[in-house]
Amino acid sequence: MLQGWVIVACSIAYLSVLFAIAYIGDKRADQGRSIIANPYIYALSLAVYCTTWTYYGSVGRAASTGIGFLPIYIGPTLVAALWLFVMLKLIRITKTHRITSIADFIASRYGKSQLLGGLVTVVAVIGVVPYISLQLKAVSNSFTILLHYPEIVMPARSAALPVMQDNTLYIALILAAFTILFGTRHLDATERHEGMVAAIAFESLVKLVAFVAVGAFVTFGIYDGPGDIFGRAAQVPRLASLMTFSNDAASYGSWTSLTLLAMLSVMLLPRQFQIGVVENVNENHLRKAIWLFPLYLLAINVFVLPIALGGLLHFPDGSVDADTFVLTLPMAQHQELLALFVYIGGLSAGTGMIIVETIALSTMVCNDLVMPGLLRQRWWPLHQERDLSGLLLAIRRGAIVAILLLGYTYFRAAGEAYALVGIGLISFAAVAQFAPALIGGMFWKGGTQRGAVAGLCAGFALWLYTLLLPSFAKSGWLPVEFLRTGLFGLDLLAPQRLFGLDGMDETTHSLFWSLAANIGAYIWVSLAARPDVVEASQATLFVDVFRHTQSKAGAQFWRGSAQVEDLLPLIGRFLGPARARVAFERYARAHGAPSVDALHADADLVHFAESLLAGAIGAASARVMVSSVVKEEPLGMDEVMNILDEASQVRAYSRQIEQKSRELETATRELRSANARMQELDRLKDDFVSSVTHELRTPLTSIRAFSEILLEDPRTALAERKRFLGIISAESERLTRLVNQVLDMAKIESGKIDWQSAELDLRTVIEQSAAATQALFRDRNVSLALELPDEVPVVRADRDRVMQVMLNLLSNAVKFVQPVTGRVRVKLSVALDGLRVDVIDNGPGIRKDEQILVFEKFRQGGDALTSKPQGTGLGLPISRQIVEHFGGRIWVESEPGKGATFSFTLPIHPERGAKEGVRRTGP
Amino acid sequence: MPKRILIVDDEPNIVISLEFLMKREGFEVSVAGDGDAALRAVEAERPDLVLLDVMLPKRNGFEVCQQIRGNPQLQSVKVIMLTAKGRDTEITKGMALGADGYMTKPFSTRDLVNQVKATLGLA
Repeated sequence: MLQGWVIVACSIAYLSVLFAIAYIGDKRADQGRSIIANPYIYALSLAVYCTTWTYYGSVGRAASTGIGFLPIYIGPTLVAALWLFVMLKLIRITKTHRITSIADFIASRYGKSQLLGGLVTVVAVIGVVPYISLQLKAVSNSFTILLHYPEIVMPARSAALPVMQDNTLYIALILAAFTILFGTRHLDATERHEGMVAAIAFESLVKLVAFVAVGAFVTFGIYDGPGDIFGRAAQVPRLASLMTFSNDAASYGSWTSLTLLAMLSVMLLPRQFQIGVVENVNENHLRKAIWLFPLYLLAINVFVLPIALGGLLHFPDGSVDADTFVLTLPMAQHQELLALFVYIGGLSAGTGMIIVETIALSTMVCNDLVMPGLLRQRWWPLHQERDLSGLLLAIRRGAIVAILLLGYTYFRAAGEAYALVGIGLISFAAVAQFAPALIGGMFWKGGTQRGAVAGLCAGFALWLYTLLLPSFAKSGWLPVEFLRTGLFGLDLLAPQRLFGLDGMDETTHSLFWSLAANIGAYIWVSLAARPDVVEASQATLFVDVFRHTQSKAGAQFWRGSAQVEDLLPLIGRFLGPARARVAFERYARAHGAPSVDALHADADLVHFAESLLAGAIGAASARVMVSSVVKEEPLGMDEVMNILDEASQVRAYSRQIEQKSRELETATRELRSANARMQELDRLKDDFVSSVTHELRTPLTSIRAFSEILLEDPRTALAERKRFLGIISAESERLTRLVNQVLDMAKIESGKIDWQSAELDLRTVIEQSAAATQALFRDRNVSLALELPDEVPVVRADRDRVMQVMLNLLSNAVKFVQPVTGRVRVKLSVALDGLRVDVIDNGPGIRKDEQILVFEKFRQGGDALTSKPQGTGLGLPISRQIVEHFGGRIWVESEPGKGATFSFTLPIHPERGAKEGVRRTGP
Repeated sequence: MPKRILIVDDEPNIVISLEFLMKREGFEVSVAGDGDAALRAVEAERPDLVLLDVMLPKRNGFEVCQQIRGNPQLQSVKVIMLTAKGRDTEITKGMALGADGYMTKPFSTRDLVNQVKATLGLA
């Protein structure tokens, strides 16, 4: 039997454990031995995302919509993949500018705007306070249900109870006390609460273990494993449908919008921003958290469907609210210890959320709503107060109590009404309105304060109209009629099918309109208005946070004169004189000054003081306060642009330098290849000279030798004398030919040759060449046959040069064939690419690998022969130059032992040639 | 007994002149037209001296020289290299491969004869 006092005692004991953990955490933090400086604690603390809405509500949602509960966890899982991109930047900016909350972040980004900070705070409070009510309700309900153990009684409508007997009020007050203890024991310049984080991480662990325990108990204790539960459920048609998607577009649409909502909420909910960004101690923890956090979400969702189905099977009559299955199933099985543990788990989920959310909201209310208001009041003697840190703490504590009482009031008013049940998603949709200003502000320098205000207002108004008001109407606070007929009876203005947009669920519908209006207004107004000086500089500092160095970043946009004796007391008034002095001394040491008094109050120090103050009272108020004690010379827009330009000029210069160095590299590469080409040419020239030398020396050797022989011995026999003189003469001719050909080659290659061009009948050229070499053929006893058509198209070329080619080919042929059996044929024909001449011999042939080489300089054929052929090694290269000059080509086809065919073509003369060619190819 | 000389060159007219010159000095002369034939002739005839052209078909003069110097049985064979390429590197290379002398084409017939005699130890 669970007595009421047992439950209360357990609750108090549990909260005390939490407080002990927080206390130790703070102590250790003060000693510099942080217990939260590891990624596992960070990931666990992020799980403050899972509130009682998850703990009890997932099962309830699963019982009515099946797997419809999942998008809320799929969203964060998906977005975690982007964290290294988005969260990292968010954290870096927050650390750099000592930002204390999401309202502070947005205000600071848009020129430290008090208006925006206040606006964000109001939206957050309106959006989130009902969510706090939900936690209060869940904790109170679970307490009430457990109190009736072993009976299972659904809690009565709370509104029926007088306020003083309502346990929810006491829960709210106890939690307010705890939150004050956790969150506002002292004023921290960075607004970090290590002890609280440690306690939250512990709570995440407790709720996970409790939920998994009850899940395991239902699945394996009551039933026979998941297969058993799903098997039984599948036999009940209503339950079977829970396990599948409903197959229509609207269902996918709402999956998408819920996923998107959850993606945004996991970063933008004030408590998520507090834990994930403000409380982060090390950016590197993010790397582990991006898989640890999704893993946590997976673990806490594994048993949701089994519990939901198990509960529906166990309580088929619907007398038990599915939201309470987690608690009522163990109770029905008389597992009182498990039930108590489940209750503690739910308490963990609820208190975790309430504590963090309330601290985050109270910081926002204090820094962005109350302080700016107070600072503006001339009647308030604020400027005379010596130490305002007490006042600040009092404001925050007051805010905590007020927010929790607000939550309680909403709970009393809304009760079981629709407005409370659906509040989770409504809250998500409210904070989603921060997304354009926040994300846009991080990545787009063009976003302006006016744009952010316009977007936020538009989005918030539409959220109010399409989501919050209808939920009020459904709770009976507003005439339901207005949902159907629209405002002023205009159908187009019907809140849940605005401008006729129908066929979506209400959250999707609202999200669509509010975000569309928000983003549209943000971008449009931003583009329409120029930002002012402070905005432009803040925009750069935020967007380029990874480029600017930390301490100097803000200082470069400030100019003026200040006194340390003004700044120090100012900071002291808000942080307490002692803490301020310590901070200044640390600054002095870091900057090499012997003492605080020796500090020079330059832009750096002013910036330091302002960011110190921003940590306590928010960026917008800090700016107002600091500028009240320093003499500021406002920077002109031009100057800010100059500073920004300087940075971009440096980047431009470095781009130019990169460009230049790339060009240099290219030039170097080109030079290197040109040099290689030159060396190659040089080598070719050397080879050429060397080859020519060799070719010159060879005949000269014979000539000199025989000349000397004849000169020395006049009595040489006449026959011998004649023979020697014959050799001298032949070698002299060879020398002459060589010299001529070398000169020819040189002329052709240097382009100095004087090409004649005339219409030629190739038949006559061939006949003349044959006549010129007649003697040669006769001497070697080789036959020569000409196969010439009767008529051929004319070609345009240099008669003497074509003749040179023909002579070369003919003399080569006669040189290589055997005497007597040697036969050479010349064939002229019309081919596709012009007139074609073939010189066919029956000599030894040329090996395949030599067929290209023979057209290169000094690469004579016949290396395979024992005796060297007569020739200069320039005939064929020159022939190739000539033929190619006139647009033709020259080649050889041969098989060793079967003779060789040297062929060349010359293009037909375009006008007359073409005509005649047609005639000739006709039938 | 007359010294025997092997002439290795692929230019017929140069062979004729060398043959005439060597015979006139009373040497016994044989001829090879390419590198392979030259090696075969050296093995078979064991001449006292080889007049070896560098630019030869099949196997150039440097290779032939190297082969001769690589064979211990041919240590007594003298080699004088002839080349139409007069670069210093060619000469250095020939001498490094173990040639006994080096003549650049076109050569003075008297110098050639003197060099041959000197190499054979007849002068």
